[in-house]
Order: sequence, then C-alpha cells, then structure tokens
Amino acid sequence: MTESPHGLSAQLTWRRGALAFDIDLRLPAQGVTALFGPSGAGKSSCLRAIAGLDREATGRVSFGEMVWQDSAQRIFVPTHQRRIGYVFQEASLFAHRDVAGNLDFGYRRAGRPAHLDCDGLIDRFGLRPLLQRRVSGLSGGERQRVAMVRALLSDPALLLFDEPLSALDGAARAELLACLESLHGMLRVPMIYVSHNVDEVARLADHLLLMEAGRVIAQGRLHDTLTRLDLPPALGEALGAVIEGRVVGYDAQDQLIELEFPGGRLWLPHRHESVGQPLRCRIGARDVVLTRAPQSGTSALNQLACRIVDVAAADHPSQLLVQLDAGGCVLLARITRRSWHALGLAPGSEAWAQVKAVALGF
Amino acid sequence: MLTPADLEALGLTLRLAATVTLLLLLLGLPLAWWLAHTRSRWRRPIAAVVALPLVLPPTVLGFYLLMLLGPDGAVGRAFAALGLAALPFTFKGLVVASMLYSLPFVVQPLHNAFEAVGSRPLDVAATLRAGPLDRFFNVALPLAWPGVITAAVLGFAHTVGEFGVVLMIGGNIPGQTRVLSMRIYDHVQAGEYHQANVLSLCLLVVSFAALLAMSLLRSREPARD
Repeated sequence: MTESPHGLSAQLTWRRGALAFDIDLRLPAQGVTALFGPSGAGKSSCLRAIAGLDREATGRVSFGEMVWQDSAQRIFVPTHQRRIGYVFQEASLFAHRDVAGNLDFGYRRAGRPAHLDCDGLIDRFGLRPLLQRRVSGLSGGERQRVAMVRALLSDPALLLFDEPLSALDGAARAELLACLESLHGMLRVPMIYVSHNVDEVARLADHLLLMEAGRVIAQGRLHDTLTRLDLPPALGEALGAVIEGRVVGYDAQDQLIELEFPGGRLWLPHRHESVGQPLRCRIGARDVVLTRAPQSGTSALNQLACRIVDVAAADHPSQLLVQLDAGGCVLLARITRRSWHALGLAPGSEAWAQVKAVALGF
Repeated sequence: MLTPADLEALGLTLRLAATVTLLLLLLGLPLAWWLAHTRSRWRRPIAAVVALPLVLPPTVLGFYLLMLLGPDGAVGRAFAALGLAALPFTFKGLVVASMLYSLPFVVQPLHNAFEAVGSRPLDVAATLRAGPLDRFFNVALPLAWPGVITAAVLGFAHTVGEFGVVLMIGGNIPGQTRVLSMRIYDHVQAGEYHQANVLSLCLLVVSFAALLAMSLLRSREPARD
C-alpha cells in the first residue's frame, strides 16, 4: 500500500428519488475518516458515487494526482481502474469460489505485489483455518472478515468500508471491531468508514464527515467535530468527547484500568487492554455530571477538574450543552438549564466533571 | 432395427440440434446479458420479439420464414444478389429457422440466470479490479452456470423435437433436411408403426438423457481456480 501525497476530493450532485445529493468533501491522505449520519442520510450512495459504481452523479472526483471523474471534461475512470478496496454492508463473497479463491480474486489482478503481507493479513483476521471452506458455510462475521482481507489484498489506494459490522451480532461485531482497531495502526492508505454507530466511529476514526439528507454538513477532526456546539440535532446522542491516552494502571481485583490523558486520569472497565498501550475513550455528553466542588460519597469513580469554555442550547429546550476544558482536552456535558442556573455556572468558571466508569465501557 | 435412412435422419437431427444450440448460446449470451442489464427503452419490445416463438404456431413461423428467405423474399433476393445459394430446403436454412424457433428457450433461462446473479457480485468484482469482460467471464458466467446448462439442454431438446417449421422450410430431403420427426411422420404415413415406434423411442431416450444431464450438471460443485 503506497502512500499518496493528497487525499480524496469530491464535489458531486445527483438525485435519488426524493433525495437531492450535494456532496462536497475533502479527505486527508492519511487515516480513517468516518462518514457518519442517520440511516437514510445517503452515506452508502455517497460511497458508491466515489467508487464510480453509480454513474448518475455529476461533478468532480480526484484522488491524489489522479482525476477519477470530471463531468465537465467527460472524464470518468471506471471502478476497476480506481484502485479502491470496497467492503459492502452485507455478504458480497463470490459463491462460486471458496475462501482462498475469493481472497485471490483481487490479489491476482493486482499482480500479487510483494509489499502486501498476504499471510500476515490472513492470520491477523483469523482466516487460515477457513481457506478451503465454501463461502456458503461461513458465519456472518467470517464472511465480513474474508471480504475485508479480500479488499486489502487488491492493493487499494483508498479503502471504502460501508457499515461492514452493521449486519453482525454483538460478539462477532466486537471481535471484528478489535481486528479493525489493530489494523488502524498499520494502514498506510486512507479509509472512509461509513457508520451510524458512534462507538465504532469513536474507536476507529481520525476524521469525521457528518452527513444529513444527502449533504455533508460538517467535516473535520473527529474530536473537534464531536464536541462542536453548533450541530446538536444532527449529532444527537453522538455528542461527546473522544480522548486519547495511555493505560497506566490495572486493578485486577476490581477489573478496572486507569487511563492517563492530558486532562487527568480516568478509571474504566477492563476488557483486554494491557498496561502501557494507547487507548481511546469516548465520554458521551450525556454521561457527564457537573459539580462546583469535588465530591465525596459519590459512586462516580472519575472527577476531572475543568473550566467552562462555552455553552449553547441543546436540541431540547430543557437542556444545555456545556463545553469544558480539562487540561487542554475539550469535554462536553449535557445538563439541564435548571442545574446550570442552580449551580451559578458561567463561561470561565471552574467546575468538576463527574464521569461514571460504567459509562466508559464500549 | 434402424435402417440406414433412419440412422441418417438421427445423425442429421443430432447435428442440427448441436449446431443450433452452439450458435444460440453464442448469440443468446450477449443478448440475454443485454436484456438483463440495459435500461434502454427497446428492452421490452426486443424481449417480446425474442419470446414470440413461444406462442407463435411453428407453421406460421415457418411460413413467414419461407416467404422471407424464398426467391421472392427480401432476404432471398439479397442472397441471390450476393451470389449465395437460397436457404429454403437446405441444412443451413433449417439451422436458421431452428435458431429462431428455439431462441426463447435459450435466451429466457440465460436472462433469468443473469438477473438472479444481480449487480452486486459484478460491483464487487469491479472494486477488485476486474474489467467488464473479466467480470462477465469470471463472475457472471460461473454464477449463471445452472442457467447456461438449462438453456443448452432446452435449446437442444426443443430443436430435436421440432416439426412444423421443418415441414415448411426444410421439406423432407434425405441427408439435408429429413430429421427424425419427419422420418417418424413418414413411417406412420406408410403404416410402418414398428419403425415409427423405434425412432420415437430414440427421441424419448435423447430427451430423457438431456434432462438427466441437465440435472447432474446443474448440481455441479462450484468451480475453483
């Protein structure tokens, strides 16, 4: 997977039924960009248009120095020449080939390049025992793992993942999400990851594209976008901070780990993390309680000293969204107007953010 | 049991059916592919024309073909102008007529098979760097394989059994156009019921074997390459 100096840029318009699409997006050349939004916002259609699978869209798409589509100049590079790796929402394996035959389909057409670690990918996704199996006998999670490795082996310059976990049940989903998380670090090509699940997005994405009714309504770094105060209706429950830190402690008896980040330390439930590893954690705006002073006699394990930066009306008239600064990290709290007034809070005032450890488990 | 004339008719019938099936697959695959994927407004009219021989009496089809291909027909005159031999009452003429007659029996199973495959596997293949021909031969065709078998068997069996069209455009020329069904008719006309019975049994066996082969081939394990 070679690096490209520039990322994806797309300006496209088209209609599908009652929905008028007007997409303008720019992607960094690195990292995972989540295409996030409610069901029916047109996320999958957007991905198909970028891949060149739907020809209705007119406009311009470029990737790096390559122009993939320029309707004004009648340029349209067909999908098979775009070097994309696409993973579809539901099973999309070739029924006439076994697992090995599926994996080899794109790999062979890419010329089986030496820089792709085929065996490593097969092992990382646990496909070794499945290689000779028929596709019809695979579970949903196994199918998606095959589809992902198949896409990665086609030597893509851009990865497009369309809600690859949405059809899976809890256990298979968690397993595959962990797989994708581990892939994140070694990925040298950009990825667009379509999802309407904020936990997936918080764990995988570096950037966020927010879509609503056929339009990109916000784009930026994941953390910045999820803590913006001007987008509450679109983001809804997804609002909150995503912090990045390092695991510094493990309490084996209570099964908790301690996460250190610039804003302080947090206890959260232990899953399979080990001390020393970097870790992301989402603190939903709804899960933060504000107090004027540190509390004793509370069940909340975490209390962070912060300063109130800004406040805005939330999507319900009873509520406010409060932006907080904890050691340079932005946190978000959703509280009632009544509490805001009762505590006498104002921008600039000091406060403590209480976070239940229970709320921090994915 | 079988007279040399009967054997000749049997051989001719199998040769005709094999030729027609092969040519119809070559013609039917792209036609069915087009019908399954086009958004052209000509899709429905052309599908109706392809299906026409299903409902048209074979004698009507044969009659119009005779008119068209005969010395006074448009195609017949064009052939004469090019210095080519006229088609009616020849093996070639029989091939052309049989192709028209059996066309829907080949195109419809292929069309259904391609529609059942759908666009998803083809989209997937495109994202895995497969170009249009690559997608057709390595994805669509293997996935539509049962439909191809059905099309071949139906086309073959239907051509073996035709009578009306042959009567109109082929006639009854030994070694040229005298196929099995004509021969059976001759035997019955001449009161040779035993001979008619033997030949009819031949057709029955061929038809049964074709259906058995279809069922066996359709259940073939998916290919690996």
